[in-house]
Amino acid sequence: METYTLLRAFADSWHLLFMFCFFIGVFLYILRPSGKKVHRDTANMIFRNDDKPAAPDNRERQARHADLREAK
Amino acid sequence: MLGYTKLAILGLAVVVAAVAAGLARDLSYMIHALVFMLSAAIAFIWLIRRVGEPAPVVDPNTYMDGPVRYGVIATAFWGVVGFLVGVVIAFQLAFPYLNFEWAQGFMNFGRLRPLHTSAVIFAFGGNALIATAFYVVQRTSAARLWGGSLAWFVFWGYQVFILLAATGYVTGSTQGNEYAEPEWLADLWLTIVWVAFLAIYMGTLIKRREPHIYVANWFYLAFIVTVAMLHIINNVQIPVSFLGSTSIPVWSGVQSAMIQWWYGHNAVGFFLTAGFLGMMYYFIPKQAERPVYSYKLSIMHFWALIFLYIWAGPHHLHYTALPDWAQTLGMTFSIMLWMPSWGGMINGLMTLSGAWDKLRTDPIIRMMVVAVGFYGMATFEGPMMSIKAVNSLSHYTDWTIGHVHSGALGWNGMITFGALYYLVPKLWQREGLYSLRLVSWHFWLATIGIVLYAASMWVTGIMEGLMWREVDAQGFLVNSFADTVAAKFPMYVVRGLGGTLFLAGAIIMCYNLWKTVTSTAERKPASAGAAVPAE
Repeated sequence: METYTLLRAFADSWHLLFMFCFFIGVFLYILRPSGKKVHRDTANMIFRNDDKPAAPDNRERQARHADLREAK
Repeated sequence: MLGYTKLAILGLAVVVAAVAAGLARDLSYMIHALVFMLSAAIAFIWLIRRVGEPAPVVDPNTYMDGPVRYGVIATAFWGVVGFLVGVVIAFQLAFPYLNFEWAQGFMNFGRLRPLHTSAVIFAFGGNALIATAFYVVQRTSAARLWGGSLAWFVFWGYQVFILLAATGYVTGSTQGNEYAEPEWLADLWLTIVWVAFLAIYMGTLIKRREPHIYVANWFYLAFIVTVAMLHIINNVQIPVSFLGSTSIPVWSGVQSAMIQWWYGHNAVGFFLTAGFLGMMYYFIPKQAERPVYSYKLSIMHFWALIFLYIWAGPHHLHYTALPDWAQTLGMTFSIMLWMPSWGGMINGLMTLSGAWDKLRTDPIIRMMVVAVGFYGMATFEGPMMSIKAVNSLSHYTDWTIGHVHSGALGWNGMITFGALYYLVPKLWQREGLYSLRLVSWHFWLATIGIVLYAASMWVTGIMEGLMWREVDAQGFLVNSFADTVAAKFPMYVVRGLGGTLFLAGAIIMCYNLWKTVTSTAERKPASAGAAVPAE
């Protein structure tokens, strides 16, 4: 089979299916119930650190807080 | 040691560029070699005057805002230049004798048109994107920019690219691909600058001090990565000579056309949309002082946009030699794009829910909201025009020009102006803007200018489309091409006036921003409406 036909057949079958499933998967992942707090927190993140960078361990601390919030 | 290596490289660059300028086979190449020579020489002198000085101490606990400040100035400057050239060519179309005989070959419409498009897209828009990207990635990563003085290289390197492109256009060096006109030498230079830009952006994201990557950064990153990919693939050209500006494309025929419009439409999709959406998702919530309406929707907006946009290019090639299935594919994906675009528009507008009163008091918010409104209108018009039946009327007419400008002036222009008004007081530590009244003036001049522009182009575009296809009872075409040109004259004048109003607004903005920086910090904003609450 020539390369064009082969690639074309793959592109409009398996690869199309893969991209479609990936796309739907992304949407399902966004809508996961546990994402609610993460999203709320991230949306408000722009109101912090306006003037200077956060402390070096801020990332770990913030992540830990999120874990604690989820554990509740 | 590093300092001496830099000096050696710059010195070598000066010599090589000087030799290349001497041996140049055409004017554009000689000018480009001279631009490189002068840039390297200036950098060399700047560095050598600082040899032996102790290295400046950088406090990692501050943000690196120097390149952002320069970027803001460059954005305002190139904006005015780009709009001015736009006004000139608009009047050249209305009054052809403005293509002066003495300026033929340098300042006629054909030479100035790519200068205008590239000045507004890449010089004005590009500087705005680089500056805001550096600002936003630091604030949302809570970390200083990665790479130290590399950010300065990106800023100045990008200005050098703009000079190369601009001088190339007026001296006739072009690849002939829309929005990708610069020849191989400028292309290679841009690639180097862009890789440095990507490295800084990724480096800052990797060392971020916040657990999550805010959605604006996703859009900016998609813009940087995709533009790199588009730029490289659409510019695979083989130089005829290393001492001349011309090159031969590797792609040919319909493949070349398809790659060009895959590039061209994604330049719109990722440069003018994804990058500017990064601005929208940061500056609108900041100016409104409320988080984005739905963070989930913003992530969906991102994924749907990047998944769908990349396929929409073929709609530029309806009814051409491109295979039918590819045309239909382009049309279908363009129509699907309507959904994420309007999702994003609703998200941006609804961020103001509960704070709609700010529209009355804060002209900056008004500017941003109008920008999002134009984003919605342009992303409705675009999919509609990509439908083959509509396209058979609209293609090759001024309707397309009107569509592009409602997106470029309305969406890109207005959101950039909003971002500049937000940034300047922050970056220069001023209490507020010099005058909110002048912002209102800018807002109305720009809005009325866009309305005049878009409306006149709808009228003239649909009119010429209908005139081109009009046949009499015997099946002969009724109008000659020159008839349509004559009929378009009044609309061309109106379009020129609209552009003049938009330019006037931008000049007022420059004055206002200048006074904001130079007037004292104690100065309160002229209007108390959006002022900070009294202490």
